[in-house]
Amino acid sequence: MAPIIRNRFLLLRRTVQASVLLLFVAGNAFGWKVLQGNLSSSRLLDSVPLADPYALLQVLFTGTAVATDALIGGTVVLLVFAVAGGRTFCAWVCPMNMVTDLAERLRDAGGIDRRLPAMTLTRQTRYWVLGLGLVLSAVLGIAAFERISPISMLHRGVIFGMGAGWTLIAAVFLFDLAVVRQGFCGHLCPLGGFYAVVGRAGLVRVRHREEQCSRCMRCRDVCPEPQVLPLIGKESGFITSGECTNCGKCIEVCPDDALLFGMRMPGTPTGEHKGG
Amino acid sequence: MMKDRREFLISLVRGGGAAAVGGLVWSGLLDGKGAGALTLRPPGAAAEERFIAACTKCGLCAAACPFRAIMLATPGDGRPIGTPYLVMRDHPCRMCRDIPCAAACPTGALDVKSVSDAGPEGGIQLNVNKARIGLAVIDRETCVAYWGIQCDACYRACPVIDKAITVEPVLNVRTGKHAILGPVVHSEHCTGCGSCERACITKKASIFVLPRQFAMGEAGEHYLRGWELQDEKQVREIPEDPKTVTPRSKKSPLDYLNQEGP
Repeated sequence: MAPIIRNRFLLLRRTVQASVLLLFVAGNAFGWKVLQGNLSSSRLLDSVPLADPYALLQVLFTGTAVATDALIGGTVVLLVFAVAGGRTFCAWVCPMNMVTDLAERLRDAGGIDRRLPAMTLTRQTRYWVLGLGLVLSAVLGIAAFERISPISMLHRGVIFGMGAGWTLIAAVFLFDLAVVRQGFCGHLCPLGGFYAVVGRAGLVRVRHREEQCSRCMRCRDVCPEPQVLPLIGKESGFITSGECTNCGKCIEVCPDDALLFGMRMPGTPTGEHKGG
Repeated sequence: MMKDRREFLISLVRGGGAAAVGGLVWSGLLDGKGAGALTLRPPGAAAEERFIAACTKCGLCAAACPFRAIMLATPGDGRPIGTPYLVMRDHPCRMCRDIPCAAACPTGALDVKSVSDAGPEGGIQLNVNKARIGLAVIDRETCVAYWGIQCDACYRACPVIDKAITVEPVLNVRTGKHAILGPVVHSEHCTGCGSCERACITKKASIFVLPRQFAMGEAGEHYLRGWELQDEKQVREIPEDPKTVTPRSKKSPLDYLNQEGP
């Protein structure tokens, strides 16, 4: 397989991530009207408001009334990712994904998991952080995660100027590189946790065809969230966990064509896998 | 069953412990909340506490500013991260009539209504002169106009000239024969745009904008100016014979002195 085909989703993801970022940069630097603002809130084509629903939720938890524009924006984004699969945001839009993917690649190149004893953290941590972010917002009266979010820090930094914000990005990079594999995106990030909850109802999902599968388990090796793949080699069906980021790494690596993107229609039999 | 419950409780305690430690560290990071107190916000900004809560740090105001005067705070510069601010000595607010920054704000952290008058048919009419970014304050010890040297840079730069800044002539007692033409700021009209701070000729500006709550005192309601219509009303509204009844005041003062004295 030609490398461009083999890495088709990776290339597509990087293109989408870079385009979103560039459109935001151009929106601020040259006044392009495609995307203005940043991932926290923005305007699409100078008309459609967009807003980060988790950021908005934090603002609401501080007890502050929010203008209609932001509420509409948050709803639009929520609906888009409810259809596209919540964590599609993580793999296809979030700029931190480029940083943490690089950390993971270097982690493998350096053989860190072979050389050092594993440090683990439960993947449920992100849901605790998600809740804690809302509690702290309510108690302290400021959007708590937004204030320290490396996602906003990186994205805003690229568009409006970074300052000392790079130190936080570097810290997350080192944490992922040398401490916990996929430590930030896969364990800590409350925005990922939020979208994992939203994504449970997602329609665009990876589908497994058990009859094609040779059980090589390469998909589980490349998956950033391997716990979402309990059905591999056991039964056909959609990956139903909201924690799946729709990154397509498993599809690219599968030598048997046993995985592909599909539309999960609500109300049709999904071959839902229990447990895991 | 018992074992399951015990496991559940233990995991709950573990989660709670981690959340407590994490929450403490996290709120420590957020402690710089008040650090923005001296930060000057774009026109239409709500009071700092509310502004900080409502601002999602999206930068739409900064992108909308045609003069690039609005910047977003970055980590390490001592302001609440990501929030918009102005540094008047570098780039004062040019007081655009269409107030594009406030109009761009999606959350209402910059509230267009606060910089508008009631328009025809219940609508609103933008009026940037209602902006209260801060208040210009003059250091009379370093202002050369108060030394007796002629300078009216701030007065000429003021977009609300003759209202927000006036020049008041007084006798220069040092020479006994010259005038001091000293600039005076009037809080009723000053928008805090900072054009005066930008224009000031001294090495470090001798007129500068501070957030209003830091630049202004407050006399309190019980000091009344009989010559002001508003204050006089307050005097008139006092009921005829105000009476405070306490156990002691039930008796007349005279009784109290005669009967309860030593």
